[in-house]
Amino acid sequence: MNPGSFDAVSAVLIIPAVAAAVLAVLPGYWLSARLNVLAALLTFVASLSLFFERPQLGSYFLIDDLNIVFIVLTTFVAFSTSIFSASYIAHEIEIGRLTPTYLRFYHSMYQVLMLAMNLALVANNIGLMWVAIEVATLTTVLMVGIYRTHEAIEAAWKYFILGSVGIALALFGTILIYLAARPVIGEGPDAMVWSVLIKQAGSFDAPLLNVAFVFLLLGYGTKVGLVPLHAWLPDAHAEGPTPISAVLSGLLLNVALYAVLRFKILLAANSAALAPGPLMVTMGLVSLVFAAFMLYRRRDIKRMFAYSSIEHMGIIAFAFGMGGPLANFAGLLHMTMHSLTKSAIFFAVGHIAQVKGTQKIADMGGLTETNPVLGWGLMLGVMAIAGLPPLGIFTSEFLIVSSTFAREPLLAVPLIIGLLVGLGALFFRMNTIAFGEPRGASARAKASYVPMFAHLAMVFVAGVYLPPQLVTWFQNVAKLLG
Amino acid sequence: MRGFAFDVAHVLAGSLVLVSFLQLYQDRLYALLNVFAVHALVLSLSVAWQAYIQDASHLYITAGIALVFKAIVIPVSLHRIIVLLGIHREIETVGGVGLTMIAGMGLVALSMVLMLRVTAGADPLTREDLAFALSVVLLGLLMMVTRRNAVSQVIGFMSIENGLVLAATGAKGMPLVVEISVAFSILIAFIVIGIFLFRIRERFDTVDIRALDRFRGEQQ
Repeated sequence: MNPGSFDAVSAVLIIPAVAAAVLAVLPGYWLSARLNVLAALLTFVASLSLFFERPQLGSYFLIDDLNIVFIVLTTFVAFSTSIFSASYIAHEIEIGRLTPTYLRFYHSMYQVLMLAMNLALVANNIGLMWVAIEVATLTTVLMVGIYRTHEAIEAAWKYFILGSVGIALALFGTILIYLAARPVIGEGPDAMVWSVLIKQAGSFDAPLLNVAFVFLLLGYGTKVGLVPLHAWLPDAHAEGPTPISAVLSGLLLNVALYAVLRFKILLAANSAALAPGPLMVTMGLVSLVFAAFMLYRRRDIKRMFAYSSIEHMGIIAFAFGMGGPLANFAGLLHMTMHSLTKSAIFFAVGHIAQVKGTQKIADMGGLTETNPVLGWGLMLGVMAIAGLPPLGIFTSEFLIVSSTFAREPLLAVPLIIGLLVGLGALFFRMNTIAFGEPRGASARAKASYVPMFAHLAMVFVAGVYLPPQLVTWFQNVAKLLG
Repeated sequence: MRGFAFDVAHVLAGSLVLVSFLQLYQDRLYALLNVFAVHALVLSLSVAWQAYIQDASHLYITAGIALVFKAIVIPVSLHRIIVLLGIHREIETVGGVGLTMIAGMGLVALSMVLMLRVTAGADPLTREDLAFALSVVLLGLLMMVTRRNAVSQVIGFMSIENGLVLAATGAKGMPLVVEISVAFSILIAFIVIGIFLFRIRERFDTVDIRALDRFRGEQQ
């Protein structure tokens, strides 16, 4: 990046940074919530411009087909979540769960999180990427603990400890990558630049790369929420403010997965190194089946959808682990659809929990009667996340299953079992929540339905018709992923 | 490279592993803090020696950060927190000292076997540094797993970071970005932890994290 020039990459970093600083000192809810939305919108627009013009970048930043998908998705969901957040937070202030000081802190941290995620996505230097993911972790830890209840502090502490261990393992992996690259590229910063690494990856020392990848997969895999490193995820989702649950599920898990994918590409470029696929396939399948069975036992609505996120991250890791043009394409599509759907679900859940005054599934019932818009919105979201046709996730799951059948029929068996078990669990629980005797409070919700239905509409459209430009784009990325 | 420079580097990195073992069985918070200060001191000596033999002056900064920040500032402030909270009592370890030490030895053996095998091509100093560094990281993890007290978990986490700094400085010519980031992350981590400790205190009147375990989200 040349100093003085202003391009889209600087914009997606500078806008959140400035917004974070301003929001940290700005008192009052009305203005700061709107400023938060505005900053997120500007960042989104800046990211869209990446489609048309790619800035010339130095050794610290990188823009290619792969990360544009992630950046646009991240900034879009961040924008719609900020709209949801405005109405959600208004209610939290009304009932006195958040004080003005915490509110300033909340909005500022929201933008710092956006900054950290965007930085992780555009980073070309693997050390810089690590720093960005670490910052994203720390900000979300603070946000999860913001209510300062017993549960919130436990959740934040658990997330902090597990997240730091993960991040420490990832740093060790990063150091090992540097060591593998050093004899070939030479000492100095170049040996940590991804675009340089990928060109020379063929001549790296293979055993060192293998060990490095195991550390990176375990480290960043903790942040993706893959079993057995998932323990922080349900607590963090359940106890923080719901907009943060939406951002965690919809975005931060993707960012960590993106880091894993970058290193997977690196490993695939070295023919002597171990194939990264089977590791990811195993972790993905275990996560899927485990989370699908765990869904039955959930009594807290936000925890239930957190387990559903583990399930879907498992499916995505499985798809990328299988590799090949079709499975990678399906994985990308699934990731996009999951981000949109899961954040829409959390928008609905956030308002439902506010109306009912609780997150316990047992205390909410007959939502379609008491709050029809929210109830049916949630129902639609669950239908989408469970993979019913004609919604978008059906398309991607169908592609994943069929490509697995074509290549490894045996692996398709646990995959399908996991999907069906998960589907059953979701509808079993939804039956109590959406239908039956109305239970719990039934005040009218002062909700903004636009973000939720916008997401669901996109998922519906993607299930019926995928624009050819998008298909070509995803196919290119799938090729890049190998 | 073999010779005096190598031997000193070897001794320092090896001592770091030894001090990690010392940390494992400290059952009083004050003693644990003191041992952690020694840990950071050995680390800073080791980093300074690496800076000298690699002729890499920026590593002196890392050594300075380790010395001032980790060996002095953090132990002193944690000391004050402990006094403030009035929790200078014994630490309960899960499983007992003997078992923990045996597990620790197993982890060190594991990291030796793993790192020495995969880095067969690298120069001997880097190889052994890495093996020691991984041992320190794993011992730190073990400490975090076996301790129940929030303060000692924090110390376990910081010794993991010490191991990472050892690995990063052992990798010759590693860009400055990483060292600064590690130091920086410790700073942030410490602030976060500080806030947490006070919040935990405020809510539970104890920093024993078993008090937290009662509040599972799923209880009916």
